[in-house]
Amino acid sequence: MEQSVQRAEQQVRAAHRFDLMTVAQLITPGAKVLDVGCGDGVLLKLLEETRQVEGRGIEISQKGVNECVAQGLSVMQGDADTDLADYPDDAFDFVILSQTLQATHRPREVIEQMLRIGRKAVVSFPNFGHWRMRLLLLFTGRMPVTRHLPYSWYDTPNIHFFTIRDFMALVKEIGATIETGVALTEGGRSLPWKLPWWVWNLFGQQAVFLIRR
Amino acid sequence: MVDTPDITLPGAQHGAAFGAPPNEANRPSSPVVHFGPEAPLRLDSGRSLTRWQVAYQTYGKLNADKTNAILVCHALTGDQHVASTHPVTGKPGWWWRMVGPGLPIDTDRYFVICPNVVGGCMGTTGPASINPETGLPYMLDLPVLTIGDMVRAQAMLLDRLGIPTLLSMLGGSMGGMQVLQWAATYPDRVFSAVPIAAGARHSSQNIAFHEVGRQAIMADPDWRSGRYLVEGTNPRKGLAVARMAAHITYMSDKALHEKFGRNLQDRDKPTFGFDADFQIESYLRHQGMTFVERFDANSYLYMTRAMDYFDLAADYGGRLANAFKGTKTRFCAVSFTSDWLFPTAEIKTVVKALNAAGASVSFVEIETLGGHDAFLLDEPELFATIRGFLGAAARARGIQ
Repeated sequence: MEQSVQRAEQQVRAAHRFDLMTVAQLITPGAKVLDVGCGDGVLLKLLEETRQVEGRGIEISQKGVNECVAQGLSVMQGDADTDLADYPDDAFDFVILSQTLQATHRPREVIEQMLRIGRKAVVSFPNFGHWRMRLLLLFTGRMPVTRHLPYSWYDTPNIHFFTIRDFMALVKEIGATIETGVALTEGGRSLPWKLPWWVWNLFGQQAVFLIRR
Repeated sequence: MVDTPDITLPGAQHGAAFGAPPNEANRPSSPVVHFGPEAPLRLDSGRSLTRWQVAYQTYGKLNADKTNAILVCHALTGDQHVASTHPVTGKPGWWWRMVGPGLPIDTDRYFVICPNVVGGCMGTTGPASINPETGLPYMLDLPVLTIGDMVRAQAMLLDRLGIPTLLSMLGGSMGGMQVLQWAATYPDRVFSAVPIAAGARHSSQNIAFHEVGRQAIMADPDWRSGRYLVEGTNPRKGLAVARMAAHITYMSDKALHEKFGRNLQDRDKPTFGFDADFQIESYLRHQGMTFVERFDANSYLYMTRAMDYFDLAADYGGRLANAFKGTKTRFCAVSFTSDWLFPTAEIKTVVKALNAAGASVSFVEIETLGGHDAFLLDEPELFATIRGFLGAAARARGIQ
C-alpha cells in the first residue's frame, strides 16, 4: 500500500503536474469523484491510492481510455462538452477538470454541468494573465509560446484562454461560490491565499479552484 | 443423466438432404449436461422444458477457490466452439484470436466456459433436438425462447458444474445481450461484465432485418411449415438468403467497398445475365452456402426471435437504470465506430443507465472499419482493452 502511494506520487512528479498534488489535497478521503479529461489516469490513480476515493473518469482519446482500463480504473470514452449531460444530478462529491477547461468548446456550460452532477468542482487551468505571457504579447506582439504552453496559435488544443480573474468572474456570474483556491508559480510553489488577487493573476502560472453551487 | 434416445429420422433415408446440424444437435461432440424433470427450465413464455440439455466447451483450469471462471456468450450463429476446431466446418473456433493460452482471455490464467444457447443447434436443446415426448425433432413445437431463458439455462449449467460466481463474462452482439441480462438477473454472481457491440434492446431496424431473414426461410418450399427434418428436405435456399441479408448488416459500407468495390468475379465484363457478376455477389453466395452446412433453419428462427424480444428496460418498468440498481459488477462496454447494427448510441444508453445506477463502468469506442463483426476480427485496441480490463478484475479479486 505504502509503495503504491509512493509510486503514484512519483508518477505525478515525473509528469511535472504539480497541480495534481494540489487537486488531490482538496479531495475529501473516501469521496466519490469524477475526473473529466482524465488522460492516462495519473490523477485518478493518485486519488485512489492517497484518498481512497471511488473514482470515475471521462477521456476523449482511445489510448488514454485503454491505459486507464488496463489499470483497473473505470473510465468512459467521451467528451466533456457533450457527455456530462448524461450523468444524473448529485452523482458525485467532486467533479475534477484539470488543465482541460481551456480546451472545451463551451467552458461555461461545462462548469455548470460539473456543479450539477457534483456537489463540488475542482478546476485547474493555466493562467494567461501570468507576467511572462503579458510581456511576450507586449514586446513580441505575437501570441505567447512558453515551455508550459508550447503550442502555436494555429495548432493549439487550447481554444479558450482566460486569466485567474476571468475565471473568478465566471464563477460569480453563474452564481457559484469559491471555497478555496491555490495559485502555483512556475516552480510549483503555491502562493499564499492572503495575497491580493492581482498578485495571483500576475505570478500564478496555473491555478486550482475548489468551487461549489 | 438421461441417455440421448437413439434416432432414426424418417428423413435420414434422403441422405444428403440431412446436413450436420441435426447430428450435432443430438449427439454433440462436446460435453453435455442433462437436466431431467427435477430441474425444469422455466421459460418466459410460461411454458417449461422438463427434459433438456446444455452442450458446452471449457478451456483452461478452474482454480481451487473457483474464482477464475469466465463465461463467454456466443452470438446469433455462434456456438460453444470458441477456441477449438469446429466439428462441422473444421475451421478454428469463432474467437480463436481472443481466447487461448497467452491471448487476451488467457486460458493459462482463467477457466473459460462457453455453452451453446438454448434454442441453438449444436447440442443444447433446440428445434432440431429430439423431443422426448414424440421421439421426433421439436421443430416448431419448441416454445419460443428469450434471452432471459438462455441466461437462466446458463445459470443452471454453472450450478451443475459447481461454479458459484464468475470473474467475468463477455459476449458480442446477442452474446452482449446475454451479458447484460446476466448482470441484471444475477448481479451477485458476476464480478465483471463486458458487453460488446450490443444494446439493451433490439431496434426496430434490427427486427426488420430479422423479419426479412425469417420470411426468406419460411418462403422456401423445402421449409415445409417447419417440418423439413421429418420430411427429408432442407430449406437451404431460404436459410442462405437469410444469412446473406444478415451478413450485409455485419459489415460496414466502407469495408465492403474497400474489399470488393465494383470488381467483377473471374470475368472482364458483365455477362448481361443474373450470374454472380460482381465479387460481392459471389462472396455473399458463398457465405450463404457455407452457413447452411452448419446451421439449422428453425434454430435461426428461434434465435432471431429471442433477440427481437429483448428489451431489458421494459422488464424494469421502462427504466434501464433500475435493471442495474445497486450493482457491484464492474462493467466495460465496447462499441465500434462502423457498427450500424448496434451503433455506439445503443451501448451508450446502457452506459448512461449504469452511470445513473452508480455502477463502475468503463466504455470504449473502438475506431475500425470492421463493422458489427469487428469483435471477431483482428482489432488490437479491442485485445488491449479486454486484456487490461480482465487483468485488473483478476487483481481486484486477488487472482495471481
